[in-house]
Amino acid sequence: MVEFALPANSRVGKGRSYPAPAGAKRVKAFHVYRWNPDDGQNPRTDSYELDLDACGPMVLDALIKIKNEVDPSLTFRRSCREGICGSCSMNIDGSNTLACLKPIEDVKGAVRINPLPHMAVVKDLIPDLSQAYAQLRSIEPWLKADTPPPPDAERLQSPRERHKLDGMWECILCFCCTTSCPSYWWNGDRYLGPAVLLAAYRFIADSRDEATGDRLDALEDPFKLYRCHTILNCTQTCPKGLNPAKAIGEIKQLLVERQT
Amino acid sequence: MSETTKGRRDLRVEMMRSQLGRVRGLGSAKSGVHHWWGERVTAIALVPLTLWFILSIYRLAGLDQPALAHWAASPVHTVLLICLVLATFHHMQLGLQVVIEDYVHTEATRFTLLLLVKAISVVLALACLVSVLKLAF
Repeated sequence: MVEFALPANSRVGKGRSYPAPAGAKRVKAFHVYRWNPDDGQNPRTDSYELDLDACGPMVLDALIKIKNEVDPSLTFRRSCREGICGSCSMNIDGSNTLACLKPIEDVKGAVRINPLPHMAVVKDLIPDLSQAYAQLRSIEPWLKADTPPPPDAERLQSPRERHKLDGMWECILCFCCTTSCPSYWWNGDRYLGPAVLLAAYRFIADSRDEATGDRLDALEDPFKLYRCHTILNCTQTCPKGLNPAKAIGEIKQLLVERQT
Repeated sequence: MSETTKGRRDLRVEMMRSQLGRVRGLGSAKSGVHHWWGERVTAIALVPLTLWFILSIYRLAGLDQPALAHWAASPVHTVLLICLVLATFHHMQLGLQVVIEDYVHTEATRFTLLLLVKAISVVLALACLVSVLKLAF
C-alpha cells in the first residue's frame, strides 16, 4: 500500500542553527534539509540566517553564500544560474522550482528548502534522478525517420509544423513536474511521469519524425501513460511555464483518434 | 540509500539490473485506451441519465407500487433505466480499478481486489437489471 509516513530512518530531526552575522539589518532565515549518507544519522533541518543586504536576490545566491561563507559541507547541484541547465531544481517554500529563478523576496517568513519530493536522496539537496533519466531514454527521444534527409540539406519543416513544438523544446529536464506528481510518487517505477511524457509528445508532434505509431504503441499502457489523472500539479509547478498536462492530454487524444 | 549507510559493515547489492532494463520492465501492455475512453463515455452518459432519474423519482414520490410499475413498464422508461444501471456499474468498476491500481501495490492484494470489484459490480448490476425487468413486466 501507499505509505503516508516516512520510514524511521528518514524522519527529519532538528539540526544546527547558524545565527546572522552581527550588525545584519535585513535578516532572513533559511531552513535547509541536510542528510549525509556517511554518518549514519537521520536527516535534519539546519537553520541559516543571512543578511540579505550582503546576498544576491535569488534562493540559489543564498545557498551559494551559505556554502562559501557559512557551511562548506552543504551540498547541492547548480550550474548556469539562469534557468537553462535544470540542475538546481528543489522544493522551495513547498513547491518544486529552480533555486536560480526563485526570488528570495517571494517567500514570506523563513525559506524552507528540501530536495525534490519522493526521490531517493544522494546527499543534502541532491536527489537520485537515475530512474527518471532511464525513463527519458526509454521513450527514445531522438528523431526517427526512414526517409533519408535531402542531400546537403537539413530536413525542412513549415513554420506551422515548427510551431507545434513550441512549449515542448523549452523543457530543461529539471524534473520539477515529475516529482510534484502523486501518481509518480506512488507508481514512479512504472508511470513515466510528466517530464518524460512531454518529451515523448515532442517527438510525436514533430513533422519530421516517422515513428509516431511506434511511439504511441510504446505509450499505450495503463501504467506508463494512464496513471496521469490530470490533476495539473506538473503544469502549476513548471519553472519554465510549460504545460506537460496538455501534452499528455494530446497523447491520450491521439490514442483514441487512431481507434475511431 | 539506507543500504549505503549499512554498507559500511555489510555490503549487499540486491539489484544489479540496469535502470533502463527496470524502466522498460515488461514493456507496453498495448491497452488502456479502451478503459480510459470508457470511463469518459460512461461519465458523459451518466449526466443526463442521472438527472432524468432524480427528476423522475422526485415526481414519482408517494406513488403506490402498481402506479410505479406502470411507469416503469413504459418502453422508454425501461430502456432508460437499463441504460442507467449499465452505465453506473460499468463506470463504478472502471473508476475503482484505477483507484486500486494507484494505491495498492502488493501484487496478491491488488489482484484479489480487482477481481472482487469486478464481481461485485457485475452482481449488483444484474440484481438491478432483474429488478427493473420484474418491475416492468
